[in-house]
Amino acid sequence: MPSRLMIFLLGSMLAVGSVALAQEAGEVEVIAPPAEPVAVAASSPVDVLLHDGLFYLFAAVAVVSSLGVVFSGNIVRTATWLFGTLGAVAALFFLMYANFLGAIQLIVYAGGILILIVFGVMLTSKSPWMRFNPKPAEVFGGCVVCGALLVTLISILLRTNWSAAARPRETSHSVADFGQALLTDYLIPFEAASVLLLAVMIGAAFLARPEK
Amino acid sequence: MAWTPVGLQHYLVLAAFIFCTGMLVMILKRNAIGMLIGVELLLNAVNLNLVAFSRYQVGGIDGQVVALFVVVLAAAEAAIAVAIFVNLYNNFATIDVDRADEMRG
Repeated sequence: MPSRLMIFLLGSMLAVGSVALAQEAGEVEVIAPPAEPVAVAASSPVDVLLHDGLFYLFAAVAVVSSLGVVFSGNIVRTATWLFGTLGAVAALFFLMYANFLGAIQLIVYAGGILILIVFGVMLTSKSPWMRFNPKPAEVFGGCVVCGALLVTLISILLRTNWSAAARPRETSHSVADFGQALLTDYLIPFEAASVLLLAVMIGAAFLARPEK
Repeated sequence: MAWTPVGLQHYLVLAAFIFCTGMLVMILKRNAIGMLIGVELLLNAVNLNLVAFSRYQVGGIDGQVVALFVVVLAAAEAAIAVAIFVNLYNNFATIDVDRADEMRG
């Protein structure tokens, strides 16, 4: 019970904070550095229409499958719905010309984390308490908190003036650009991430050792 | 209602929706693995925001690099979390987070 209470509190605090932000959002100017000039050919109306259609298609997939994650009672079905959301987000990455990140999303999330979750489900499924249905009061409270958060977030997003958006970039960054960025500007986070991965490897091996 | 081409706001609204569903999952599931799935949804929403800002607002590669780090952290977190859940299952014979309350004061 305390764990869920904490999440409730966190959600309420986020909602209250967003309300406070929303009251200022009218006059907030979004500060953005001048966008670097990107040489692009003017996109034709057909391209725009195709892009919009694909966006709405994948957004619908993401919305439906994330609702499926919430409202399916069986944990295996939840993991399957999660696959739909992850795939749709990867497709949206491709749509935003983030090709490398889309590929990474597919490989690491859909190929790695999802398999790990399914393995976790299989290893822990023989439990006498496998039905985890929340009480109606909890469903109501959770929906109220998250609905309030969603409404405030969307109202902020629609009222903010995102004026500085120049022409969006129409080409993909190459993998070489990523390598350049990782080894120059982001060298220290990169090394920290590699140390973190080493620590995780050792920690997982330690946690999974057989009982003596 | 006028037709507006898909821009930054559309992506941000979608990401806000995914974020809220992830939070709802974390609230409603008592299964520890279900809560892990909720965290993955949250991180995906954040990544969507980062990439959308990177494309529509800034134009550089920074947002995508940060999103890459988020993916790395998510992978590490999922690995450790599943290891902990398997240990929890070995000790309590369940992964219901409400039943693992031995340290309650």
